[in-house]
Amino acid sequence: MSKKNVDNSVAAFEKAIHGLNEMRYVLRLYVAGTTPQALRAISNIKKICEEHLQGRYELQVIDLYQQPQLLQGEQIIAAPTLIKKLPLPLRRIIGDMSNEERILVGLDLRKKT
Amino acid sequence: MPPTKKKQPSVRQLPKAPTGIQGLDEITCGGLPRGRPTLVCGGAGCGKTLLAMEFLVRGAIQFNEPGVFMAFEETTHDLTNNVSSLGFDLEDLVRRKKLVIDYVYIERSEIEETGEYDLEGLFIRLGHAIDSIGAKRVVLDTVESLFSGLPNPLILRAELRRLFRWLKDKGVTAIITGERGDEALTRQGLEEYVSDCVIVLDHRISEQVSSRRLRVVKYRGSTHGTNEYPFLIDETGFSVVAVTSLGLKQEASTKRVPTGVTRLDAMLGGAGYYLGSSVLVSGTAGTGKSSLAAHFVDGACRRGERAVYFAFEESPSQIMRNMRSIGIDLQQWVRKGLLHFQATRPTFFGLEMHLATMHKAVTAFKPHVVVIDPINSFIIGGNEVDVRAMLMRLVDFMKMKQVTCLFTNLTSSGTSGNTDLAVSSLIDTWLQLRDMEIGGERNRGISLLKSRGMSHSNQIREFLLTDRGVDLRDVYVGPEGVLTGSARLAQEARETAAQTAHEQDVERKRIELEGKRRALEAQIAVMRADLDAQEAETLSRLEQEQGRGRQLAKERVSMGLSRKADVGGKTTGQRRQAE
Repeated sequence: MSKKNVDNSVAAFEKAIHGLNEMRYVLRLYVAGTTPQALRAISNIKKICEEHLQGRYELQVIDLYQQPQLLQGEQIIAAPTLIKKLPLPLRRIIGDMSNEERILVGLDLRKKT
Repeated sequence: MPPTKKKQPSVRQLPKAPTGIQGLDEITCGGLPRGRPTLVCGGAGCGKTLLAMEFLVRGAIQFNEPGVFMAFEETTHDLTNNVSSLGFDLEDLVRRKKLVIDYVYIERSEIEETGEYDLEGLFIRLGHAIDSIGAKRVVLDTVESLFSGLPNPLILRAELRRLFRWLKDKGVTAIITGERGDEALTRQGLEEYVSDCVIVLDHRISEQVSSRRLRVVKYRGSTHGTNEYPFLIDETGFSVVAVTSLGLKQEASTKRVPTGVTRLDAMLGGAGYYLGSSVLVSGTAGTGKSSLAAHFVDGACRRGERAVYFAFEESPSQIMRNMRSIGIDLQQWVRKGLLHFQATRPTFFGLEMHLATMHKAVTAFKPHVVVIDPINSFIIGGNEVDVRAMLMRLVDFMKMKQVTCLFTNLTSSGTSGNTDLAVSSLIDTWLQLRDMEIGGERNRGISLLKSRGMSHSNQIREFLLTDRGVDLRDVYVGPEGVLTGSARLAQEARETAAQTAHEQDVERKRIELEGKRRALEAQIAVMRADLDAQEAETLSRLEQEQGRGRQLAKERVSMGLSRKADVGGKTTGQRRQAE
């Protein structure tokens, strides 16, 4: 493989990462009522979004009790569940969002170690 | 608790939800525990999903109890297609709000765990589904998939425990399916949580033949059958054969069932077999066992009764063709719907399965007579004990249904007094067909080894297969032993000849005697004529003599007169005496 190709692909990756940084995030957080766990999850994810996705995210918090019909379509079984609608691929993050490292991996903001 | 109307010695039955599945309700004495979860576990492909689905479908259709099917493994579409082959129209049930199918999609790679979570989503989802149609029944198939799809088994276990408790609180009758584990009943030890009722399904292979079995491992607060019961899955769904639970309580009938062969009826006390008895026809190859069976069936159909013919060696058309050659037309009865053939190879499935299919056929067709032809073909590699057990259950079942059952059994030549299966103790009437080899030919003989509860003939009859069916003849029993076939005919001819000769002899003697008599009579006539002639002569001579005497007397009187004598003839006589 020539050196030129390697340079090219590096450039492509750089561009991809840059593009990723530019992408808008559409996030939905499903919680089951106002349990301490739910409240914790809401505040945790808000904090993380503000830190890492400032200005380019859209977070919607939905109470499953209010809209149980959504469960089947969204394939939700656990609560709380954060669904990353965009950018693709779709990803589900469950739990009280207390593990920032894993959330960042789940949001493709950090590589899995 | 509402007060009971009558004071009963309180045997309170656990409320149960009937499954509607044939046989399962018998084993569980009424169904699954109502309002409680039941665990159904077993290996792959043993019918867990089907059992669960049939529970819901039958519940919705027969018992008006809507159900929720939560599928973790198959999509709604797949599930609908899979069970439509069994005649379940899920789409229709869903439309009529009798059923909700919810496919739970879990993809491990999409899920990232970030701390504590619970399954409240599943609860809300299930609760919503239950409330939307007022479901009384719930199936979770297979809830263990959660373990492979979600991280943190500790949370899952706690959540599952909560789920089962929640289901109980909801008051729904639930089936939870679980994959069989290596050591425990299920891989994740679900039996720890679902402890009210546990049913194990099994699909095992022995001698390359598979058989499905079901066992109720545990049923809290209720009696239940504890054995392994065979079950089958066919085009009408799931059915369990609760045969091992049968006791010896059958009613013994005094009614008789003709055998189809008049002479054989005569041998059996003049009336035939008992209704509901078991008949064994044993014999070596080609002795006419199937023909006798066909006669039995034909006779039953002629009386308008229904019959089932289980064939394990020949196809129905072969049997019908063969029986036409002896003048029995079985096809007409098949056309009229009186006769049902069920032909399978013994190796097609296991013994239990055979038993189950026979049960099913008998239950569905409701025959008066049943033929099983033959029983020995079930023996494959030393499973005599199993076959005997199966036959015992079969005989029990038939007796309970008051079905007269005829078994044929091929015996190897030489073993005349027993069958390979030693089933004789199960049999009420045992006919033995045998080969008799005399004078360079084989002939068939029939005798009654036993017939319980009736007087019966102890004689051997010759068994003839003619183009008008079976015929029984008396055999020749003489100084030369038992003779059959052409030997019997020859002997009969010899006897006829001897008889004729004897008759001719007698006739000749009679004629001779007649001749003698005639000759003697002629002689007598001659002699009598002679005698008559002599007599006549003698008489005439006597007459002459007398005439002369009178003449003399007259002359003497006249002479005396002329001599002037004083007295007549008499005086003359006296005087002559004195002289």
